Parts: sequence; C-alpha cells; structure tokens
Amino acid sequence: MTPPSEAQTTDSAAQNASFGGMQARSAAALNETARVTVRNLDFFYGENKALKGINFLLPEKQVTGMIGPSGCGKSTLLRVLNRMYSLYPGQRAEGEVLLDGENIIADGVDMNALRAKIGMVFQKPTPFPMSIYDNIAFGIKLHEKLSKAQLDERIEWALTRAAIWGEVKDRLNASAMGLSGGQQQRLCIARTIAVRPEVILFDEPTSALDPISTLKIEELIDELKRDFTIAIVTHNMQQAARCADQVAFFYLGELIEVAPAGQLFTAPKHPKTQEYITGRFG
Amino acid sequence: MSATTMPPALGPVKDQAVAAALGRRRKAADRLVRLLSYAATLIGLVFLASILLTLFYKGFGAMNLSVFTEVTKPPGSEGGLLNAIVGSLIQVALATAIGTPIGMLVGTFLAEYAKGSAFGNLVRFVSDILLSAPSILIGLFVYQLLVLPFGGFSGWAGVAALTIIIIPIVVRTTEDMLTLIPNTLREAVIGLGAPKWKMIVLICWRAATSGIITGILLGIARIAGETAPLLFTSLGNNAWSTNLNGPLPSLPITIYSYAGSPFQDWIELAWAGALLITLAVLLLNILARSVLGRGK
Repeated sequence: MTPPSEAQTTDSAAQNASFGGMQARSAAALNETARVTVRNLDFFYGENKALKGINFLLPEKQVTGMIGPSGCGKSTLLRVLNRMYSLYPGQRAEGEVLLDGENIIADGVDMNALRAKIGMVFQKPTPFPMSIYDNIAFGIKLHEKLSKAQLDERIEWALTRAAIWGEVKDRLNASAMGLSGGQQQRLCIARTIAVRPEVILFDEPTSALDPISTLKIEELIDELKRDFTIAIVTHNMQQAARCADQVAFFYLGELIEVAPAGQLFTAPKHPKTQEYITGRFG
Repeated sequence: MSATTMPPALGPVKDQAVAAALGRRRKAADRLVRLLSYAATLIGLVFLASILLTLFYKGFGAMNLSVFTEVTKPPGSEGGLLNAIVGSLIQVALATAIGTPIGMLVGTFLAEYAKGSAFGNLVRFVSDILLSAPSILIGLFVYQLLVLPFGGFSGWAGVAALTIIIIPIVVRTTEDMLTLIPNTLREAVIGLGAPKWKMIVLICWRAATSGIITGILLGIARIAGETAPLLFTSLGNNAWSTNLNGPLPSLPITIYSYAGSPFQDWIELAWAGALLITLAVLLLNILARSVLGRGK
C-alpha cells in the first residue's frame, strides 16, 4: 500500500481535480494501523480464479472504498472477509486474512464468532419478517445474554447510531417490512452495529436506494467510522470519493492500485486506474 | 465500424392490400380462439354448477339437527352422522398432526440442505411420485403393512394411510415456499453470526409461514375427502367408536356405503354428508387463500 507520506496530493491538487467536478477527500489523515490484513489471497469459484494474489489492508477506523468494473472481484473480496463464501461448496480461498493476528480463512475458524466481529450490509435491504425491535434484538441475542432493560438500551443505541431512531421509536413493534427502502437499509445497518462488530462491510449499500436515502447512508458511514473499520464496495466513483479515506481499484481479479482517495482520483499511478476513473471503460 | 456495414433503411409498407388481408386474418383467428375459450369455460362451469346445485338442493333437504346428534342407525329409524363426523375428525387431525412435522422437515431438508445433491433429487422424485400415486394403492399398502399383520382393520391404519397422503403435499409446499425466499435474506442472517439451524427455524420458516400453512390446509382438505385409502384400513363402523385399535367410522366411507344402498333415508344421509364435506373443503380453501393473501 502507498505510505501516507507519498499521498500528499495536497488539498490544492484535490480542489483542482477534474474528476467529475467534485472534490475527493483530503488524503492527509490515513491511519497506518491495519485492522484487517490480506496477504497473497487467491480465490476460486470452482476452477475459475476470481482473485489473484491480493495484498491489502483495511486501516483501523477508516473507510476503504473498493471500486472496479463488474466481475473485477471487489464483492468477492468482501465475501472472503466474513467467510460468506463458505456457505457455497466449490468456493475456496487461499492465502491469509488476518484479524487480530488470526488467519480467518483457515480451517476450524469459528465463523459465527467471526461474523459477529465482521458485520455486513447488503445491496438490497434485508429486513427480517418480524418487528423492528425483534430485527435488532435477533443479532444481539445470538451472541449475548442481556436483561430486558439492557436489551432495550442497546436497541435504542443501535437505532440512534443508524440515524433511524426518531423515525421508528413510536412503532418498534410494527413490522419492519412496512418501512421504506431507505429506512429498511438503515435498520439493517442498526442490526449490524447492534452486535458491536469491529469491521463493517458494505456491499453496494445504496444501489437500490433513491438519492436522498443514499445521502443519508453516506453521512451515516462517515459518522460510523469513528467507531468501526469500514469497507464499502461501490459502482459509484463519486460515492467512493465522498465516503472513502482509502480507495482500492480492482480489475480482472487483481488489485491494480490502492491509495488514499485524494490521490487515487487525482493522480492515479496506474494507467488502468486512470482509464477507469475517467470513464473509458467499466 | 464504418457505415458500410449498416443494411439500407427500410421504407414504409408498400402493399397496403396484403397488410389489410393479414390484419383481417389475424382478427378472425382472434375471434375464433376467444369463442373456443369462452365455450370451454362455459362447459366447465355448467358441470361444476350442476354438481354444486344438486348437492346443495339434496344436501340441505336432508340436513337436520339429528345429522349432528345421532349416530348411524339401521334403515327406518331416526339416525345421523355423528359417529362418522367424529371418526373423520379424529383420523384427519391425527394424520395432520403426524404428517405435518414430517413433511415440513423433509421439505426443509430438500430446500436448505440437499439443494442440487443427488440424494435430494431422489427424495424429491419419490415424494412427487407419492403425491400423484392413486390413493387406493396407498390404502392397499397400509392394508398389507398394518391390517393383515395385526389381525384387523383399525383407526390407526386409516391414520397411517392419510398421513402418507398428506406428507408429500406438505413436502412440496414447504420446499416451494422456502425456495422462494431470496438468498440475500439467508446471507443477512448468516452475516450476523447465526448458525444455520437458527436461520432456518427463526427466519426462513417465519418468512414462509403463510405459504406453508396454506399447503397444510390444502392437504387437510385433500385427506378429509379421501375414501379409497380408508376402505382397506379403518373400514368404517356403524356404531359409535373412538377406539383407534378397531374399525373407525368416517364420513367418506359412510357416504360411499349409504349412497349405494337401496334405503331412502340412508341415501338422504349420504347427501347430507356429501354437503358437509364439500362445505368443509370449501371453507379450508377459502381459509388457505386468505392466509396466503395476508402473508403478502
């Protein structure tokens, strides 16, 4: 990964960026502590190699944006980080993914405990067919034994952090299926953070939402990085520029370039990155 | 890349007469198909309506309080269907209570654990054969299995036959309803760190509840009217009996034997029984529809 010292693309460079006329986040503040470290990761769908020798890290309490054309492997990488691929026979990963010094893709890892530490928010909102309250309580009860009062408190905390408490506090016992798409997605975020993970993975969290809801989710991600390490896969480069501190560009299963957002969008090192962010392919 | 690869532009239709003739033919074909569809629908409705009207006319004519309060009696004396109704309720309730959990678990196995596996395909195939097997064969099977070795007809044998009939119905609906659940919901549950069994029991079953209940209700409706499998198993009984170790009366069997009898009062009771079963099945179907509608 590019060290932060090289990332001084300077604020003026960011301001002069011609990329869509928008400003990329200043690159100065990239954290050097890795929360998750990926080393020499290969991934296979049966015979098909979908990720090739990925080396990469998620800096602690920062947002890492993952971009690239469809089929480039960015979502696959996300699904490696919480072992979601293990649900499907024929999919396998080789290499190392380190979380707290443990290789989480090794055999014998407690995947339920791992997924409590690395939560995930999906492309489409996935409310469970139960009340708003029970949606949040479900995840908590999987991992903790809390009294009713503690549970109530945790649920209020999670809904507040997900910026939806005000909208649902009077109807916690109503079905979550009755919420709007944007509300459902924030509910899913609340459900994920209620388990108190260390890392949250977002897989195109706004691609099914309207612009207003998208904005709310983006603001939320910005707010959540105070406490959580975040990775977000997105097809929307403006979104990556708005949300991410670090951006990784994937192409054909390879990690082409990873750099602070300000640098990647204004002064990409690799010609492929340049072509992609200027819209020449993808 | 260049314009030379483009075919030349087509002008408007030249021959208006041909276009008009094609249009006329299309309209004629449309009229013919529509006529045939209406005629076929009408024929179907006429038969259905005549069956229902006859049933209601004769059934209501024979309906009175003693149908529900008296047991079946010899011809000429005041009798009812109480023993047959209770016998049917017992057998259908027990078969449902035994068959539903088995069917749900098999359906869950097929949808959640054996997706695409050879063994799963085999189980699904066998279950589908069972679904369409003639019910008299199931009666004969249970006759060989439970009636001959234990020395006589019994309510338990009837329950076993009805259970075998309801299981594949519940298997099929459970599997279908679970398959409808999007995988993203499953991943969302697993993503929270839930073990697979909790995902199935707490989320998937709940998401599929209305569909599964519908399947169970339709299954009950199906076995409530079955006659053939009971002929060789619980046999029927003209006296009051709730003893499952001996022959047990049931509505379909009573209808079967009374409708073919030469006695006017028995024939009337058969009509009353037929109306009762029809209304019960109708009610179950309406219930199933409303449950399914509410789940959406």
